[in-house]
Amino acid sequence: MIVEFGHFALILALAVAIAQSVLPIAGFFRRDPALMAVAPRASLMLLLLVAIAFSALTYAYLVSDFSVLNVIENSHSEKPLIFKISGVWGNHEGSMLLWALILALFGAAVALFGGNLPLTLKANVLAVQGWISTAFLAFILTTSNPFLRVAEPPMEGKDLNPVLQDIGLAIHPPLLYLGYVGFSIAFAFAIAALIEGRIDAAWARWVRPWVLAAWIFLTAGIAMGSYWAYYELGWGGFWFWDPVENASLMPWLVGTALLHSAVVMEKREALKVWTVLLAILAFSLSLLGTFLVRSGVLTSVHAFANDPTRGVFILAILCLFIGGGFAMFAFRAGTLRQGGLFAPLSREGALVLNNVFLTVAAGVVLFGTLVPLIVSAFGGAISVGAPYFNTVFGPLFGVTLLVVPLGPLLAWKRGDLLGALERLWMVFVIAALIGLAVAWLNGATHLLAAVGFGVAAWVLVGAFAELWSRARFREVGLAVGFQRLAGLPRSTFGTALAHAGLGLTLLGIVSTSAFQSEAILEMKPGDTTTVGGYSVTFDGIRNTPGSNYSEMLATMTVRKGGTVRFIVSPSRRFYTARQMPTSEAGIRTHGLSQFYVTLGGEGRETGSVVVRMWEKPLVTLIWLGALVMMAGGALSLADRRLRVGAPKPARRAAPVVVAD
Amino acid sequence: MRLPAAIALLLALAGPALAVDPSERLADPALEARARQISEELRCLVCQNQSIDASDAQLAKDLRILVRERIAAGDSDDAVRDFLVERYGEFVLLRPRPHGVGLVLWALPAALLLLAAGGLFIAVRRRAAPSGSERLSAEEEAALNALAQDEDGRPNI
Repeated sequence: MIVEFGHFALILALAVAIAQSVLPIAGFFRRDPALMAVAPRASLMLLLLVAIAFSALTYAYLVSDFSVLNVIENSHSEKPLIFKISGVWGNHEGSMLLWALILALFGAAVALFGGNLPLTLKANVLAVQGWISTAFLAFILTTSNPFLRVAEPPMEGKDLNPVLQDIGLAIHPPLLYLGYVGFSIAFAFAIAALIEGRIDAAWARWVRPWVLAAWIFLTAGIAMGSYWAYYELGWGGFWFWDPVENASLMPWLVGTALLHSAVVMEKREALKVWTVLLAILAFSLSLLGTFLVRSGVLTSVHAFANDPTRGVFILAILCLFIGGGFAMFAFRAGTLRQGGLFAPLSREGALVLNNVFLTVAAGVVLFGTLVPLIVSAFGGAISVGAPYFNTVFGPLFGVTLLVVPLGPLLAWKRGDLLGALERLWMVFVIAALIGLAVAWLNGATHLLAAVGFGVAAWVLVGAFAELWSRARFREVGLAVGFQRLAGLPRSTFGTALAHAGLGLTLLGIVSTSAFQSEAILEMKPGDTTTVGGYSVTFDGIRNTPGSNYSEMLATMTVRKGGTVRFIVSPSRRFYTARQMPTSEAGIRTHGLSQFYVTLGGEGRETGSVVVRMWEKPLVTLIWLGALVMMAGGALSLADRRLRVGAPKPARRAAPVVVAD
Repeated sequence: MRLPAAIALLLALAGPALAVDPSERLADPALEARARQISEELRCLVCQNQSIDASDAQLAKDLRILVRERIAAGDSDDAVRDFLVERYGEFVLLRPRPHGVGLVLWALPAALLLLAAGGLFIAVRRRAAPSGSERLSAEEEAALNALAQDEDGRPNI
């Protein structure tokens, strides 16, 4: 009954979404405030209805209602509670419902917190949100309905894919979707601006918090996914350039560009058209990401062709929104007036450079991801894998990184490149010394690593150059300097933190790629081996039962210089419902580094096991860096000038200009 | 001691073996290093986007052994790759070769950057060209002067 209630709520939600798509726009063209006022109410109602539907499905999972097809396919009565809940979105239908829920959540948030939005803008933004909701709800109800019942319910479900039974999965998709769907707000604002043919700095001020929030969630989702793949898949890699990963990286790259160009637009009223284009692009890539992952086109173009209903529907949604968005842009962008002028050498100029490189990088990833699909659709076969992406993406992103510390030191309108470089010479010396030290310690074999360390130090230390130069400790002394620091807007600290986080992530990547030690060997209980300065003793293997699996747990003692440092316990699990074995890595964090062990099959000698071990120096920085980036984003979001609903500061047009 | 039971379970699993099996390795570390470098850039044809170095599949194992056989026989890295492409097609290479579609892939970053540079150049040129609206008209000039002076005609700023 509750399931039918949820199903009914979802159908009602579609009706409300259609109303939300049509009425406010009609109100805008007929100058009818009453019709426009439908938008906020409809979006709150939409949230309520989709939330009811989502709760109903969650309920079916919690009570293991095996008369619901979706629960049979993806759940099991003995599955731990947390995975019963995360199982709701661990499958196609449920994850689409989560998508719709988050979409409704963002729409309702605009309705609730957009109190200071002009009536027409609010109505149009929510109407565009309504279009997206309508498309996705129609998609769910017609091709991916999670509420379908079966006539003869089985006694037991088929369980969730064991690889997905992990806390990482409980968190990863919601974060990623919060990011993807967050860009729908930027898209809606862009389309609304195109409909009205009017756009100004206030527009950027309204859009920026949403873009920032989406970016924070997307960063979290990608980092979470990367760490999940790292410990769950057992290859010790943190990024595989898998199409699924690329699908989330592309919106992140364009979203980062959007974040920066929105700053220019808010502060200087420049780059209007470009910002609108990026907003459309960021959401288009989010939709494309959903399409790539959800349509099955990645596993095989032919699988897609065999069961085309879903794929064709998603493709239609893609064409409608991406094509429609760009068509609208082409027709209406001319009506947007150009804003402030600036010299090529200025903060705006640096941000344009950042935008160019990020967008080109996204284009390269997009092409590299789609080319194999296109070629295979024409009967050919080509692979574009990690070696290609590393070779191409590395230098492109490297150049972007070099400009990162420079940008914030340039003044708006007309910057002084020599002056900015002068303020960075200390940073340059530190970075060069670190690079030289790495080269000195490791010889000519790790030249690339030395460059990498240098660049990472440049970004990391350079991130704080703006704070340093604005505090002017040397001229005004410590006390006044700290006062000056405390007086800086929070977004300045946010910028510094986010850029420092980027440096940390880079440091982790370079350090792990260049200096990890690896050992693959057969071991018997009692054997000892060394890897990366550690001596590892294989103590033994024992069996332990798990909730819905049986486990074979190995114990290894890791010593350094004779003293025991830690015990690692890699294991292999066997999930009974799906008859599927998995390998669980044994990972120990020491300092910022990690020791990583996985178990393989049996060796040639009886009683021996194949063991693969890595010592990964500074590997945790990869994800800690992402956390710092997010903290920087959150700090910017907390800036009162950006706070949603905060009144516009009356006279402080531009904040303190860079010192000197 | 429950070890025998554990081993029995292990045998029962007989699941994925670890990617690079110690038994496959070449005795010469220099040759082995070359073999691993090559296999990191070869696709496991039956897997999803995995190199044969990282894959557990039987085919990946066969290919790893094949690569090592070719290297042991004295083939150069390119000869090994050519050998595999001849058997399995370009699909086996994770790093596409620069001809046909591969050429487009490798030229793409430079092409996109050139395109962006061209776009920027045009934008800057268009900006630099003086447009009529930026000059003040005579009335505007007069209004500005009036604003900039107080009643006595002295400059106000």
